[in-house]
Amino acid sequence: MSLEISHLSFAYGRRTRLVLDDVSFSVKEGDLLAVLGPNGVGKSTMFRCILGFLRNYRGSIRLNGLDIKTLDHKEIAKHVAYIPQSTHPVFNYTVLDVVLMGLTNQVRLLGTPNRSHIDEAYAAMENLGIAHLRDAGYGEISGGERQLALVARALVQKAKILIMDEPTANLDYGNQFRVMCRISDLARDGYIIILSTHNPDHAFLYANRTLMIYGGRVIAEGTPEGVLDAGLIKDVYGVDVHIEDYQYGSRRHKLCIPIDGGIGKHG
Amino acid sequence: MADAEPTRSSLTEPTGAAAETRLHTAGAASAPFVSDRELPDYRFRFILLLLAAVFCFIGSFAVGRFSLAVADAVLILLSPAVHFAMSMDIPVLGDIVHILLSPVVPVAETWDDAMYSVVFNIRLPRILAALLVGAALSTAGAAYQGMFQNPLVSPDILGASAGAGFGAALAIYFYLGTGAITLFAFAGGLVAVGTAYGVSRLTRGNPTLGMVLAGILVASLFSASTSYIKLVADTNDQLPAITYWLMGSLAGATMEDVYFAGVVIVIGLIPLYLFRWRMNVLTLGEDEAKSMGINTHLLRLIVILCATLVTAVAVSISGIIGWVGLVIPHFCRMIFGYDYRRIIPAAIIMGGGFLLLVDNFARTIATTEVPLGILTAFVGAPIFAYLLMMGGKRS
Repeated sequence: MSLEISHLSFAYGRRTRLVLDDVSFSVKEGDLLAVLGPNGVGKSTMFRCILGFLRNYRGSIRLNGLDIKTLDHKEIAKHVAYIPQSTHPVFNYTVLDVVLMGLTNQVRLLGTPNRSHIDEAYAAMENLGIAHLRDAGYGEISGGERQLALVARALVQKAKILIMDEPTANLDYGNQFRVMCRISDLARDGYIIILSTHNPDHAFLYANRTLMIYGGRVIAEGTPEGVLDAGLIKDVYGVDVHIEDYQYGSRRHKLCIPIDGGIGKHG
Repeated sequence: MADAEPTRSSLTEPTGAAAETRLHTAGAASAPFVSDRELPDYRFRFILLLLAAVFCFIGSFAVGRFSLAVADAVLILLSPAVHFAMSMDIPVLGDIVHILLSPVVPVAETWDDAMYSVVFNIRLPRILAALLVGAALSTAGAAYQGMFQNPLVSPDILGASAGAGFGAALAIYFYLGTGAITLFAFAGGLVAVGTAYGVSRLTRGNPTLGMVLAGILVASLFSASTSYIKLVADTNDQLPAITYWLMGSLAGATMEDVYFAGVVIVIGLIPLYLFRWRMNVLTLGEDEAKSMGINTHLLRLIVILCATLVTAVAVSISGIIGWVGLVIPHFCRMIFGYDYRRIIPAAIIMGGGFLLLVDNFARTIATTEVPLGILTAFVGAPIFAYLLMMGGKRS
């Protein structure tokens, strides 16, 4: 399983500016790629290209060597699952119903999910620790639980590449941690995970690779420890930070601490 | 017993707050997969709904100016089948039917021709038309609401009613017969939605938003055209006919209407029923549905085609009847949840039953017929207000 993106460029209109400008990278099994960059630099657009929603891009996106422009949505869905931001739903389906929707490719065209599909969905929910929510309304559970339900939905889809658009947006501190832990478990199990985040610490803590996009271009790529430094974060976000090495037990990590004089605590 | 012992001993050891926390975690761990919410018994509710609809169907034969007992109506309805069975040349079978049915169906007819005519020529077509129109409008409403991810959408969102109204007005203006009015209305509805769909394909950006806007555009064009026809129509006979048609009524429903609408509605409802689970996925929106492997363009086209077909034909035999397509899907969701696997069959039965009930009031509430479109609004609006208030409380 591999995903290669080479020289990807995209503009929404013919004469408008490029949202993505010559983006190239590739991911392999077990990768957890954190895509960083300010709002509106083209992270979501890039995801939409990879998922086949946007097709009039230049460059190529290859899934296991096959150009995704030659694949229909059904084919792409077998390999790539999309986990959107968990918004409040219009229709309050039960959590089990939401997870079952991930089985669209496996349910017969005119059929409905059968017993084994339901067992499969339930197993995925158990795996993520949300089995007790099976009959709860998707609109009535917490944001973190909703995000996990969407992850379960992606798991039953049996795609090995998971694309996550800011999985921790709108989640509280504890839920951010729990969701990210589940996601890094999945990468360890061999999934390829590409997620966007606004928190450099998430890249340090959970990702093995990172991609910094700015103005539609990739301006840094590599291991989080290798590429995320104070200079890059100052350039991209305009914030002075200090990157701290710390050790807790056997774990060594880096941590990003803002040190801008104006916003610190006074006391 | 062996399992219970260590738990008990561990619980007796610590005291106070520590014991309580231990108890709490033990309880949570022993039953981790218990669902947080019990789902209602949908099967039971469905049976109740079905029984209510059947009751409503039979009872409706007794409603009307011509007084007729329910039992008589049932006997009259059964009589052709009995006659048919007894007229067959197989002597034994005829005898069996005769013996079996004689306690139930008197062999000697207890009704006169007038009663027979009321049941078969007036009430049966009207009741069937009400069932068909109600089922069509509410199912189309449910389908459109899911597709547009908006529970406030009604079946005329793409201009089906406005187009049908224009078609009917045109036919009345040219003094065409009732059959032609129906056909013109049907065609008008299809043309309006086809135009809206075509315009929406030319717009950029979000396809569902483009479709809603194109629908509004087309509907307003067709309403304006209808207004123009009313302006130039003969004020003695044409204008009242157009106005009355637009208010919606089943008073003139004939068996021909029922055959015509029945065939089209069944053809339109079957795909909606078959795709009922996939419609769940469609409610997630364009991108998410695509990411799960759905051909959204094709599925959306099928849903629009079927929903439009049934809406247009329903409007063509009944005139414009609002609210049913908006309120009944909400009612269905309240009783049967959000899953389209249950909403589609529930909307068919509940929609038919509801319109039949309202039509019974339409023909009895005043000395003259009250147009159905007016009554559905009077009944639908308060129900809708109630549902909105209940919905607000629940979430």
